[in-house]
Amino acid sequence: MAEFLQFLISGLTVGAVYALVALGFTLIYNASGVVNFAQGEFVMLGGMVTVFVSAAGVPLPLAAVIAIGIAVAIGLLLHRFAIEPARGASAVTLIIITIGASILLRGLAAIVFDKQFHKLPAFTGDAPVDVLGAAVQPQSFWVLGGTAVVVLALYVFLEHTITGKAVLATAANRLAARLVGINTTTIMALAFGGSAAIGAIAGILVTPITLTSYDVGTLLALKGFAAAMLGGMGNPVGAVVGGLLLGLLEAFGAGYISSTYKDAFAFVVILIVLFAAPQGLFGRRVVERV
Amino acid sequence: MKSKTALTSLLAASVMAFGFSQGALAQNTVKIGSVLSVTGPSSFLGEPEDKTLKLYVDKINAAGGVAGKKIELVIYDDGGDANKARTFATRLIEDDEVIAMVGGTTTGSTMAMIPVFEEAQVPFISLAGAIEVIDPVRKFVFKTPHTDKMACEKIFEDLKKRNLTKIGLISGTDGFGASMRAQCVKVAPNYGMEIIVDENYGPRDSDMTAQLTKIKNTAGVQAVVNPGFGQGPAIVTRNYAQLGMTNIPFYQSHGVASKSFIDLAGAAAEGVRLPAAALLVGDKLPESDPQKKVVTEYKQAYEGATKQPVSTFGGHAYDGLFILVEAMKRANSTDPKKIRDEIEKTKGFVGTGGIVNMSPTDHLGLDLSAFRMLEIKGGDWNLIASGS
Repeated sequence: MAEFLQFLISGLTVGAVYALVALGFTLIYNASGVVNFAQGEFVMLGGMVTVFVSAAGVPLPLAAVIAIGIAVAIGLLLHRFAIEPARGASAVTLIIITIGASILLRGLAAIVFDKQFHKLPAFTGDAPVDVLGAAVQPQSFWVLGGTAVVVLALYVFLEHTITGKAVLATAANRLAARLVGINTTTIMALAFGGSAAIGAIAGILVTPITLTSYDVGTLLALKGFAAAMLGGMGNPVGAVVGGLLLGLLEAFGAGYISSTYKDAFAFVVILIVLFAAPQGLFGRRVVERV
Repeated sequence: MKSKTALTSLLAASVMAFGFSQGALAQNTVKIGSVLSVTGPSSFLGEPEDKTLKLYVDKINAAGGVAGKKIELVIYDDGGDANKARTFATRLIEDDEVIAMVGGTTTGSTMAMIPVFEEAQVPFISLAGAIEVIDPVRKFVFKTPHTDKMACEKIFEDLKKRNLTKIGLISGTDGFGASMRAQCVKVAPNYGMEIIVDENYGPRDSDMTAQLTKIKNTAGVQAVVNPGFGQGPAIVTRNYAQLGMTNIPFYQSHGVASKSFIDLAGAAAEGVRLPAAALLVGDKLPESDPQKKVVTEYKQAYEGATKQPVSTFGGHAYDGLFILVEAMKRANSTDPKKIRDEIEKTKGFVGTGGIVNMSPTDHLGLDLSAFRMLEIKGGDWNLIASGS
C-alpha cells in the first residue's frame, strides 16, 4: 500500500506539470489553431527568472510575480511578431514558427542566464510528510494545489466571464465570432499571454522539486503535447486528465514494470489510445453553446 | 560601398586561398586544435575546458611560448553533436593544419573524431570519460580523464573495506551513466560485489522516487551506487533523503564531482561518498601531497580569471594541454609524429587528475591512487583516509 501510494503521489506530481503544459497547448490551440511548441520555454522562464531575480535579493513571492510577468510579455511578443504576421499560413508553417521561437528562447536564456542547473528553495521546507507510509515532499502539495487552482480559475474564466466566453466563441468558430463583434486578434493575444502565465506558474511550482536550466523546456513540451493528444487536443478537461494520466503511467511503469521501459510504456499506451480513439479520450466537441 | 566591401572580401578570400597570408608570422607559431562542446547539453563540461585552454595558452605565450614558438589555439564548438565534431576535426587537419589536438568533450564526439586523427597521424589528447577512447590502444589517441571503470573500482574498493557486498544500482540512461553502469557490472565480481537490484532513469527525469522505492523494498541492499552526471544524480540524492534511505550508504560517481552538485542536492547530500580527483580537495591535501601545488595553482588561476568555481573538467583540459606542451618541449620539434612519441613517454607528470605515467599499452597513465574517496560533510568535501 505504501509503495502504491508512493508511486501514485510521484506520478500525480509529475503529471500535474504535464497537465499545466498541456493546458497551455490547449488554450492556444483553441484560440488560434496553432500548436505552440514554445510552451515548454514558458515553464523554463518561470523557473529561471524566479531563480535569478530572487538571487538578486528580491523576495521569492515577488520574484515569482516578476517571472510570470516576463513570461506573459514574451508570450504576447511571440504572438504579435511571429504568429500574427503569419496569419493565414498553413498549420505546419505556424508549428515551424513556434519551434523556431522555442530554439530562440532557449538560446537567449543560455546567454542571458547561464547553462548551469539551478534550484529554488521549497516553499514550506524539505521535511518529508508521511502519508500512510509514503514519504511526500511538501512541495508536491504545492504543485498539486497550484495546478488545481489554475484549472479552477481557467474554468471560471471560460464559463463565467464575457471575455472567457469570447475565447470559447473564437475557438468554436472564428468567423462567427468576428461577425458578432469579438476582436479575435485580441482574444488570440490573450490566449498566448494566458498560456505563458500558466507555463510560468508550472515552472515556479515545480523547480524546487525538479531543478531548472535553460533547456528544460524541450522535454516538457514533448510530454505536454503527448498529454494533450491523449486527452484530446483542444479540450481543457482532456489536457488535465491526459497530463495526470501520463505522469501516473510513467511512475507506475517505473515502479511495477521496469524503469528501462517507463517512457516507452507511457508512449505505447498513448499510441493504443489514439489508435482506438484518434480524437483522444475527450475528443473535441463539435458544437459549443456560448 | 556595398560593392567595395564585396570586392575587398573577395580579394581577401583569394589571398587566403593562395596562401599568401602564411608569411613570417607562421614561422614562429604552431597551431594546436580543439573541438569542444561549449554549448549544448554537455556545455557544463565544455565551457570550463574552453576557458582553461584559452587561459593557459595565453599564459604560455606571455612566457615566450614553447621551444621559441607561440601557440595559436584553434577552437571549434560542436554543440555536443558528434557529426559536427567530425566535420571540425577534418577542418582542423586539412585547413588549419594543426600539429596536435586537445579536445573532444564527450565520448560521442571523441569517437567520431578518432578516425580523422588516426588517418592524419596527428596526436589527439581526448577529454572524454569513457574507457573506449583508449581501450583498445590507438597509436595517436590519448586521454586525461579517469575512466568510469576506475571510478567503479574505487567505489567497490571502499565498499569492500566496509564489508558491504550487496549493491543496488541506479544509473542514468545517458552515455556516461550507461557506460559506467556496464563497467560496474563487469568489475563487480572482481571485488566480490553482488548487484541485486539494477534500476535506471532518463537523463531529463525529474522524479526518481519510483525506482528508489523499488531499491528500498529489495531485501538485503547494503549500499546504493548512482552512476550518472548532470542534474539527475542531484534529484536522485534528494529523493533518497526524501524516502528516508540515508541509513543505507550512498555512492555517487566522479560525474558529479563539482560544488554545484552539493548546492543542488542541498542537505540531502550529507554523507554521500564519491571518488574524485585531488583538484576538489586541494586545500585539504597534506603539504606532502605531490599534487598539492598543481591543483592549488590551477584553482587560483582559473577562479581568478573566470570568477567561477573550479571543476574537474577544466582540470582535464589543463592536464591535456600540459602533457602536450611538455612532449613538444622534449621533442623540440613541431612534427606531429615526434610529438606523439614523446606523449607516449610521459612519466611522472603531475596533473590535476593524478600522476600520469603513459606507456605504449597505456594511453591514460593513471592508476586508482589518482582518485580520492570523498564524503560530503557539512556541505563540503571531506577526504576519507584510506582504510576507514
